[in-house]
Amino acid sequence: MRLDRPSGVALPAAGAAALVAGSLSPWATFAGFPGKMSLGGFPGGARLFCLLLVAGSALFVVDTGGRRRAALAAALGAVAVVGLNLVALVDQGGGLGGPAWGAWLSLAGAGLLAAGAWRLPAGRAAAPDDWPARPASVEVAAVAVGLLALLGAVVWGLAINESSRFVSFLVFVGFTCAALHHLGLFTWLTVLFARRQRMAVALGGAAAVAFPFTQQGNAYWIRVFASIGVFAVAAIGLNVVVGLAGLLDLGYVAFFGVGAYVGALLANASLTTVHVHVPFLAVVLLGGCVAAVFGLVIGAPTLRLRGDYLAIVTLGFGEIFRITANNWDGLTRGPNGISGVPDLAAGGFNFGAAHSLFGVTLPGFANYYFVELALIAAAIVVFTRLNDSRIGRAWVAIREDEVAAAASGIDTIRLKLLAFAIGAFMAGCAGTVNAHLTTQVSPDSYTFLESILLVAAVVLGGMGTVPGALLGSTALFVLPEKLRSFQDKRLLLFGAALVLLMRFRPEGLVPSRRRRREFRDDAPAPAP
Amino acid sequence: MSPLLEVRGVTKRFEGLLAVDRVDLDVGQGEIVGVIGPNGAGKTSLFNCLSGLDAPTAGTIRFRGELLAGRPDRFTRAGVARTFQNIRLFPHMTAFENVLVGRHCRTRVGLASAIGRGPRFHREERESEARAGELLAFVGLGRLGGVVARNLSYGDQRRLEIARALASEPGLLLLDEPRAGMNAQETRATADLVRLIRDRGVAVAVIEHDMRFIFGLCDRVAVLVQGHKLVEGSPAEVQGDPRVIEAYLGAPTA
Ligand SMILES: Nc1ncnc2c1ncn2[C@@H]1O[C@H](COP(=O)(O)OP(=O)(O)O)[C@@H](O)[C@H]1O
Ligand SMILES: [Mg+2]
Repeated sequence: MRLDRPSGVALPAAGAAALVAGSLSPWATFAGFPGKMSLGGFPGGARLFCLLLVAGSALFVVDTGGRRRAALAAALGAVAVVGLNLVALVDQGGGLGGPAWGAWLSLAGAGLLAAGAWRLPAGRAAAPDDWPARPASVEVAAVAVGLLALLGAVVWGLAINESSRFVSFLVFVGFTCAALHHLGLFTWLTVLFARRQRMAVALGGAAAVAFPFTQQGNAYWIRVFASIGVFAVAAIGLNVVVGLAGLLDLGYVAFFGVGAYVGALLANASLTTVHVHVPFLAVVLLGGCVAAVFGLVIGAPTLRLRGDYLAIVTLGFGEIFRITANNWDGLTRGPNGISGVPDLAAGGFNFGAAHSLFGVTLPGFANYYFVELALIAAAIVVFTRLNDSRIGRAWVAIREDEVAAAASGIDTIRLKLLAFAIGAFMAGCAGTVNAHLTTQVSPDSYTFLESILLVAAVVLGGMGTVPGALLGSTALFVLPEKLRSFQDKRLLLFGAALVLLMRFRPEGLVPSRRRRREFRDDAPAPAP
Repeated sequence: MSPLLEVRGVTKRFEGLLAVDRVDLDVGQGEIVGVIGPNGAGKTSLFNCLSGLDAPTAGTIRFRGELLAGRPDRFTRAGVARTFQNIRLFPHMTAFENVLVGRHCRTRVGLASAIGRGPRFHREERESEARAGELLAFVGLGRLGGVVARNLSYGDQRRLEIARALASEPGLLLLDEPRAGMNAQETRATADLVRLIRDRGVAVAVIEHDMRFIFGLCDRVAVLVQGHKLVEGSPAEVQGDPRVIEAYLGAPTA
């Protein structure tokens, strides 16, 4: 650790002071901007993010690996947050009269910080030695804190209702992660999580189970997460197909739809064509199996095709499913779909009703949430165990070089079919639960766009990993919700976010080790 | 006793081009057979037929007396493994994982067992890992198991490809230009490695341009010119054959 000459610190010190002062001053000349921005004396709204990013200026006096890029990321984050809010203030305040002097002061401060960071010596990149081995207790604590920070960020983000503030939040999180990444924190955490995997999984599972108990009977977020859960199971299934076996399936949502129709038709819904009621556990498995059979039927002729051709043909099959569902009135009731799907019931336990547990009243959706958790857990077990077996290795080999895989003794067609069927099975299971969760099933839920979103969730989260699929589906579900007040600009912003992410992190949020190697030359290799 | 590999009248036609023309070739147990010929003579095309990557237009391939046909994995399971002229490893897998993939057709764990993780799964996995480690050491990569394949040196990549092929427990190994791009010392090491492979009871058929390498290593050499087999015999016979000299002078090669 080395302290810089004071002269080198003058510029950023002035910037930091200006940014702190600006963040505590009013940013708006008019009332009503989210975060009480017309009032000074406290860092309301997006101003808080600026104040937190000032912490990055500590890097001007601490010499550590990757400091220049990290300091630059923090400063540019502040610039971006102030800039975005300035645009919104000008927009809503009717011109340049909208923003107050605090916003301009913050912008100047952030700019000075960025200039100071730019002038820092390039220095060395973060090295593993910057994060030396710690005693076990510290490592365990670090895993716990890391998970808590993740959950905290999710809960914090969910609680932000105003779209503009949510965008600021995303920018803040993005740049903070970039800064921490340059400091080598994530590399260290990745290694730690790998070493403490059991504990990380146990803690994550415990947090997921505890979540509904923290909502004090409020069903909203429990319901959202139950829906995300459905999406996540399908994303894990698609991750087998795309992430492991490397087969780009653009019609994947059809399998989800097959499961949903099976679930709806066998539940004795009020508006249906089939009047039977089959026990739910059987229906979940049946939905999965029917979807898997569809997967085999579609896969058998198409899996001889490669890359682009496969994508186009699967896209076609996805549309065929939707159009068939739309026209087969005798079974699917056409565009009306099956509706009035009753709540799940098992042995006198009604999944739709609120229940009391440990003195906490859980809304009906909590039951579905737990069903989803169980499905996700099962999907994770299947995914990770297959991945770490001769079957998973064969899939990855096929993705890397199909000819070499075949010459190495892998029956490529059979294994591709297997990947297709397993992915379809998972989507089918998720679909049956979704039929009950949404109480109706209709063809317009299974469009090409949904398939694309699922692929996006997998790619964005990180191909070939479970956390990637979970994070990707959460992001894809929450982002459009949160950006709702931008109305028609919503999809544009969403697209821009995807493009930015793919530009700066092409391997996805939580890539597998192998995947990271495809994009980064310096990715560490494991010991055998 | 019939030979290990019996190739009869194998022909491969691409559009108008006759790449392999009615080739007969035998490889016996414990033999090292060389295949030489000018560039474009059809050597790789012949190997593609012998390993199932391409279906011959005509002709038959018997291995241990049984007819071989169909997809490449059936050839590998029957006991014919190969390496490629342009190295084809799984570039982002580690050396160790590459060899484990080669074990695929000799392992049986299915879906249920892989998900259930019973004792059979662990036993088979341990066995595969032990064999992969042994093979890496055998080809001289004992310390490089954890290195990602594409980060290995050129020579090491060629050795890794051989280890991966050997992992499928072949009776016959097809090597397509195994010393391409190697210096003299690495070439000698490769020749030694091929002999060691033969000593393990694996017959070898090898394509090479390096005459010294071929004539010093092989028990028998076949010369391909424009798809057909010009001469076949011991290194001494082939070296002295005027037709071979003419074929090479007519079409000089690297
Ligand atoms: N897939 C293919 N399609 C068309 N022509 C091919 C193909 N593969 C090889 N050939 C042609 O077949 C001939 C033999 O090629 P090859 O077997 O690679 O020769 P060698 O390995 O002896 O140098 C060449 O003329 C080559 O251009
Ligand atoms: Mg060749």
